[in-house]
Amino acid sequence: MDYKKPKFKEKYENFIGGKFVPPVGNEYFENNSPIDNTLIAKYPRSQKEDIDNAVIAANKAKEAWGNTSAAERAGLLNKVADIIEANLEEFALVETCDNGKPIRESLNADIPLSVDHWRYFASAIRAEESTMSELDIHTVSLNLKEPLGVIGQIIPWNFPLLMLSWKLPPALATGNCVILKPAEQTPSTATLLMEKIADVFPPGVVNILHGFGPEAGKPLASHSGIDKVAFTGETTTGQLIMQYASKNLNPVTMELGGKSPNIFFNSVMDADDAFLDKAIEGAVLFAFNQGEVCTCPSRLLVQEDIYDAFMARVIERTEAIIQDNPYDVNTMVGAQASNDQYEKILSYLHIGKEEGAKVLTGGAACHLDGDLANGFYIQPTILEGHNKMRVFQEEIFGPVVAVTKFKDEAEALEIANDTLYGLGAGVWSRDAHQLYQIPRAIKAGRVWVNCYHAYPAHAPFGGYKKSGFGRETHLMMMNHYRQTKNMLISYDKNKLGFF
Amino acid sequence: MVFSETALLFKLKNMSYTRVAITEAATSILDKLKAKHGDLIFHQSGGCCDGSSPMVFEEGEMYLDESDILLGQLDGINYYMNQDQFSYWKHTHLTVDVTEGRGASFSLEIPMGVRFIIRSRLLTPEENTELNN
Repeated sequence: MDYKKPKFKEKYENFIGGKFVPPVGNEYFENNSPIDNTLIAKYPRSQKEDIDNAVIAANKAKEAWGNTSAAERAGLLNKVADIIEANLEEFALVETCDNGKPIRESLNADIPLSVDHWRYFASAIRAEESTMSELDIHTVSLNLKEPLGVIGQIIPWNFPLLMLSWKLPPALATGNCVILKPAEQTPSTATLLMEKIADVFPPGVVNILHGFGPEAGKPLASHSGIDKVAFTGETTTGQLIMQYASKNLNPVTMELGGKSPNIFFNSVMDADDAFLDKAIEGAVLFAFNQGEVCTCPSRLLVQEDIYDAFMARVIERTEAIIQDNPYDVNTMVGAQASNDQYEKILSYLHIGKEEGAKVLTGGAACHLDGDLANGFYIQPTILEGHNKMRVFQEEIFGPVVAVTKFKDEAEALEIANDTLYGLGAGVWSRDAHQLYQIPRAIKAGRVWVNCYHAYPAHAPFGGYKKSGFGRETHLMMMNHYRQTKNMLISYDKNKLGFF
Repeated sequence: MVFSETALLFKLKNMSYTRVAITEAATSILDKLKAKHGDLIFHQSGGCCDGSSPMVFEEGEMYLDESDILLGQLDGINYYMNQDQFSYWKHTHLTVDVTEGRGASFSLEIPMGVRFIIRSRLLTPEENTELNN
């Protein structure tokens, strides 16, 4: 079954204090679909005053919400999961329209995974217990977790509902109120979610505001009325947000991207079997979500004695990718999320070629016919070169992989770790020793071993080096949204004797 | 601006070659931003989503220190890049251009519906000798 562009209202509003409200300045911006560059709808161009109103609403709600029982909060999180699940197709279609990703991805990955993250944190908060220690016979130390209060969250446009579902549930489960700003390229599924769950949480617990980074993002990140900022994006904005947080002495968590190596040792070709087939797919996963993934396996490292044979298979599989209308269920690669991304990717293809990288396949824009002629499509591209080239060092955020060969384990590690970033990595081998030792030596927060691009709740995700800090998609994220209250209790009836 | 930067800018101005340039289209956007916001800087971002793009901020907005390399001046605006990133970029010449698009980030041109982007080329051997030795 194929889909088509869904219907939207002419304009949408912010969700503040439990209600949809227009922006104070009454200004809106137009949001287009990257599939055909046609208008989706208008969204609020929020300013500092709108952020102020959300901060007031969230602070008003935080005490009562922070004192609700874990059972009550978990119940509401599960309710959200059920609502998303019951409307899965609608969410998937809106996501594809807004972001440009193929409908088969939003139907099978983005939306079902979003549902699961809400459920995961609903369970995690119920199963969790605090700790206590008897320090001596008269003294007990009791550790209680308390919410920080009001959280600012700024999320990207590559997985709009999924990134929201990584950020909101752990903050809400732990009793915080949230002000979330979706990316201005992809405001639609966050708005759709609020329409569906408007009555689920008490007013002020969840607030969603739209707008531009300098006008709405900065006032949110720098606001003295919030208690923490969680951000996913790039390094310069990350540094600015940390700067603002330092003025308020607020904690932050940062997920800032990567340039992830995907390493294939020669044993993958010991047999032409299901595992080799899986490994080849693993190499081609650079094209997943048009390469717009922080952990895109954008550096492919292949052992030299299998290089030619392995790459022949990888090129063949890449060339078999169906790039077409994202609403078609057979389409594997859709549109880049915006024109500026499209232009940026093309500029990288240019410098890659200038630096001497050889184009093994792709290497240019993809021109589709009809309505899609105005969309932003790039051919899945494999560039061959060496690790000092800029296409090996910078996050292109497109369906572009840079491949190089290595001699042995030492050289594989040297290349893998020669990067500013440390978010993801992949290791593929049939050698049991390599499968443990190599991941341990890679400086990255998530190493996929004989797999790639799996993002289940219950496995922590986060960066080393310039990829940021904090661990999401796992119960350890809950502590990033909490304080520890230590109650030190004396059961001794006798005085100290000092005074 | 710290003293060492003043000296560096003087040195850069007396070189035959530059590391950075800007297109006319980008200059006209920059002029509008200057009229609205006053003194500005460029900082080259890395990382995901809207990374690998030049960001323009009001001067003083971003904390800069000796880890930020001053690559040159464009239309009177200093262009910085973190030194770690610079070590991977220094063999290339960068031209700031502008494209239509709805970029995210805190860069000041975003509300105008345009986004600064970098177009790169390799430094020529002559440029490389002067700039990187």
